[in-house]
Amino acid sequence: MRFLKNTQLDPAPAGAGAPAGAAAGPPAEREERILTFGDVFGRDAGGLIVLLVLFGGMTLASSEFLTGDNLANLARQVAVFGIIAVGQLLVILTAGIDLSVGSVLGLTGAITAELLVHGVGIVPAILAGMAAGAAIGVFNGTLVAYGKLPPFIVTLGMLGIARGVVLVLTDASTVQPLPESFGNIANGDFLGLPNLLWMFIAVVAIASFVLRRTVFGRYVYAVGSNPESARLAGVPVTRVLVAVYAIAGLLAAVGGVLFTSRLNAGVPTAGTGYELNAIAACVIGGASLFGAKGGAFGAAAGALIVGTLNNGGNLLAINSFYLQIIIGALILAAVAFDQWQGRRSRSS
Amino acid sequence: MSATIETGARTRPDTEPVVSLRGASKAYGPIQALDDVTLELRAGEVMCLAGENGAGKSTLIKILTGAIRRDNGEYLVDGRDLGTPSPSEARDAGIGVVYQELSLLPDLSVEENLLMGQLPARRGITRPAELRRRAAAMLERVGLDWLDPGTEVGTLSLAVQQLVEIAKVLGASPKVLIFDEPTTALSESETKALLARIHQLRDEGHAIMYVSHHLEEMFDIGDRVTVLRDGGLVTSQPMSDFDHDSLIASMVGRKIESLYPATSRTVGEPRLTVRGLEPDGAAAPIDFEVRAGEIVGIAGLLGSGRSELLRAIFGADPVDGGEIEIDGERVAAGNPRRAVQAGLGLLTEDRKRLGLLLELSIRENASLAHIDEISRFGIVDRKRERSIVDQYLGGLKLRAGSWEQPVSSLSGGNQQKVLLARWLATHAKVLMFDEPTKGVDVGAKAEIYKVIGDLAAEGLGVVVVSSYLPEVLGLADRVLVMREGTIAGELAAEGATEEDVLALASTSTSTTTNDGAAA
Repeated sequence: MRFLKNTQLDPAPAGAGAPAGAAAGPPAEREERILTFGDVFGRDAGGLIVLLVLFGGMTLASSEFLTGDNLANLARQVAVFGIIAVGQLLVILTAGIDLSVGSVLGLTGAITAELLVHGVGIVPAILAGMAAGAAIGVFNGTLVAYGKLPPFIVTLGMLGIARGVVLVLTDASTVQPLPESFGNIANGDFLGLPNLLWMFIAVVAIASFVLRRTVFGRYVYAVGSNPESARLAGVPVTRVLVAVYAIAGLLAAVGGVLFTSRLNAGVPTAGTGYELNAIAACVIGGASLFGAKGGAFGAAAGALIVGTLNNGGNLLAINSFYLQIIIGALILAAVAFDQWQGRRSRSS
Repeated sequence: MSATIETGARTRPDTEPVVSLRGASKAYGPIQALDDVTLELRAGEVMCLAGENGAGKSTLIKILTGAIRRDNGEYLVDGRDLGTPSPSEARDAGIGVVYQELSLLPDLSVEENLLMGQLPARRGITRPAELRRRAAAMLERVGLDWLDPGTEVGTLSLAVQQLVEIAKVLGASPKVLIFDEPTTALSESETKALLARIHQLRDEGHAIMYVSHHLEEMFDIGDRVTVLRDGGLVTSQPMSDFDHDSLIASMVGRKIESLYPATSRTVGEPRLTVRGLEPDGAAAPIDFEVRAGEIVGIAGLLGSGRSELLRAIFGADPVDGGEIEIDGERVAAGNPRRAVQAGLGLLTEDRKRLGLLLELSIRENASLAHIDEISRFGIVDRKRERSIVDQYLGGLKLRAGSWEQPVSSLSGGNQQKVLLARWLATHAKVLMFDEPTKGVDVGAKAEIYKVIGDLAAEGLGVVVVSSYLPEVLGLADRVLVMREGTIAGELAAEGATEEDVLALASTSTSTTTNDGAAA
C-alpha cells in the first residue's frame, strides 16, 4: 500500500478545473480531501485488504505460491467465475439475485460449441452464444421488473430450464472437436499474461467504471437502495432492472465461451454450482444481498479470495473438504461483519 | 377484568388516579421530545391528548407503553411504582394500547390473532374448540358476536379489524386503554360506532386516553383534555372549559405568523393545469391550475386523498382519466420519469420510504433527479455534480461534515433539505410538497418555508399539502380543501380560518359556515 501513501503527498491542485461552464459556484469552502485507500477502492475496500493479507500469508507459507506459473494458473482458475461474479454483483446491487448464471454459462458454451462443430465461423458462433445469454437475461429481467416476480424464483426456474435445454441440445454428451484456434482464445497469452486474466481485468475495470462514473451505475445503486424512492426521483427502475439481468446473462455467456474455449470442448454440465460461487464472491467482497452495497473490485477480490484459498490449499496439500469449510465460514464472517457495521451506522 | 370492577362505578375526577406519570422527560439527542410532563388517568374517564405534530404525543404514549425509556420522572400504576417498564411489564400492569396501525396478522384467522402468544394448547398441540370458545367470548365483549372467529383477518373491513384489535387488547384485562388515532382509516359512521364503544368501555370503569387530530371527536368523547406543546405540558383541564378556538389556541400557543414568508408575489401564467383528473377512488374528477408565483395549499382530513392527488399528478400511480399540463404542454400520465423531465417535482411525505436512498451518500441523494442532465454519454460529470450539490445544499445551510457521509446520518430537517436540493437542482417548473415539515424542528421549518416562498417568487408554481392547518393558511395564496378523494371547495388563504377549512373538509360537522366560506 506504499504507493497509495505517495498519492497522499501529491497535493491535488485545489483550484484545478474550476467547474467548467457549471452554474456559478457557491462560496466554495470545499476542503481538499486526502486521498485514502477507501477513496480509491470506494465501497469495496474490505475484500481487498483480506486478499492482500491472504497473498502475504500464502507467500510466506509456500515457496511455490508467488511464482509466475502458479499465479498464471490461479488467474486461469479464477477468471471465468470472477467474470460471472461481476454480473452477479450488478444484480445483487439492485437487491436481486441471479441463480441462473451457472446454467446460462453451460447453455451458451454449448450453443457456441454446437455452432462451431457444425462449421459456423468462430466470431458468429461466439456472438450467437453471447446473444443467447443476453436474451435469457432480458427474459429474467422482464419477469422481475414488469411481472413483479421475485428474482429468486424467476432465476431458480431459469436455472432448471437452461440446464435442461443444454442436456437436450447436447444429448448430455461432450461437444467436440472444436477448431484449434478457438481453444487459443482462453489458453493463449498476451504480453506474458494469460488472455483469461486480461479479460477478467477488462470486465472488472469496465464494470467498476460503469458503477462509479455513469448514470446507469448510479441508478443501479439507487434501485437497490429503495426502488420506490428511486422511481419517484425519475429513475427508470424497470429498465435498470432489465438491463442488470441482461448484463448478468451476457457475462455468464462470456464465461461460457471462455470455459468452452479453455477446455476446447462443449461440456453440458459446465458451470454447475457457479451461481453459488459467484454469490459467495460478491458477499465476501462486501456486497450486501439487501442491495446498494458493494463494488466491482470487491466482487473481483472475493473471487480471488476464493480462488486463492483453493489454489493455496492445493499447494499446501490441505484436504479440499476443509477448504469448503473455510470458504463457508468466510461467507458467514463477511455477512456478520456487514450486519455489525450496518447496525453501528444505524445506531449512530 | 375483576381488578377494574372494584373501581367500576362511574367515578369522579377526585378519585385516585389509575395511572400517574410525574415529571417525565425524554430527549432524542439534542431534541427534547418531552419535557417534565405530568399526566393522570382515572378510571371511568376519557382523557384526550391534544397537540400539534411533534408536540410529544407519541413520545408520551411510548413511555406509557414501555416502548421507549424515559429519561426521568416517575410512573405509577395504581400507586405502584413501575420504574421504567418493558412493554410486557407495562401490559402486565394493565396498560393496553390500540394503535393507529393495526398490529393484527392479516393472513391468520380472527381467533388466532386474538389469542396469539397464548394459544390454548396441550403439549404443543393446539385445541381448536377451546380456541374458538375463548375467541367468541372476547368478540362478544366488543359487540362482534356475529363474526365467525375462523374468518381471515385480511378479509374484514378496517372498522371490524379495529374492533378485533380492541377485543385483543381487552383480552389482557387492562385497566387503562390508550387509543392512538384510532379513527384514521374509518368512515364517519364507523367512527361514531367506535366512539360509542369507547364510551361504553369508559362506563365499565376503564381509564381511557384518546389521541386524535380530530377536534370534533375529542369534544364528542373527552371528559378531560391534556394539551402538549413542543414537548411540554400546557394544561390539563375538563373538556368543557374549552371550545374549538380556545383549544386550538392552546395547542398552537405561539405566534406562528412570522414563520411564513411574505406574500408579495406577482402571479403570472398558469404553470400546472390539471383537467378532469381521476385518481383511484376519487368521487369526482379534479380540475385546478397553479400559476407562476402562486402557492396553492391543499388541505383535508387524513385519508381525504391529498397525497393521492399529488401522486396522481406526478404519475406515481395509475389514474382513471384526466390530463396534466405543464406550461401548456401535456405530460404523459403514469410515469414519474416523464413528469420529472417535464419539470415536475414531488417532495414526498414519507421521507424514508419514498424519498431517501438511505444507503447512499448525501451527494448521491441530492443529485439523483438531475444526474441525467449533467452527464455526457451516460458518464457523470463529477465536478459539475459536486458544484451543483455545493450550490444547492450550501444555499440551504445544510450542516454536514462532508457530502460523502451517508444521508441516514442526518437529522430529519437536514434530510428534508437534501430532498429539497434534489428538486431545486432539476430546475423544476412546478414543485409539489407533501407535508414538507413533518418531523422537522421549528428552526428548519422556517428555513423550508422561506425556500418555498422564494421558489414561488422566482416564478415556480408551488403546491403544498399539509395536515397542519396554520401551515397551509400561512404559506398558501389559495387553499383547496379535499374530501373523499376530490376537491370539496376552495378558499382564499387570506382571511380564511381553520374552522372554514375544517367545515369544508368534514362532512357531518358542516354548519352554516359552509356556504359562507366556499368562495
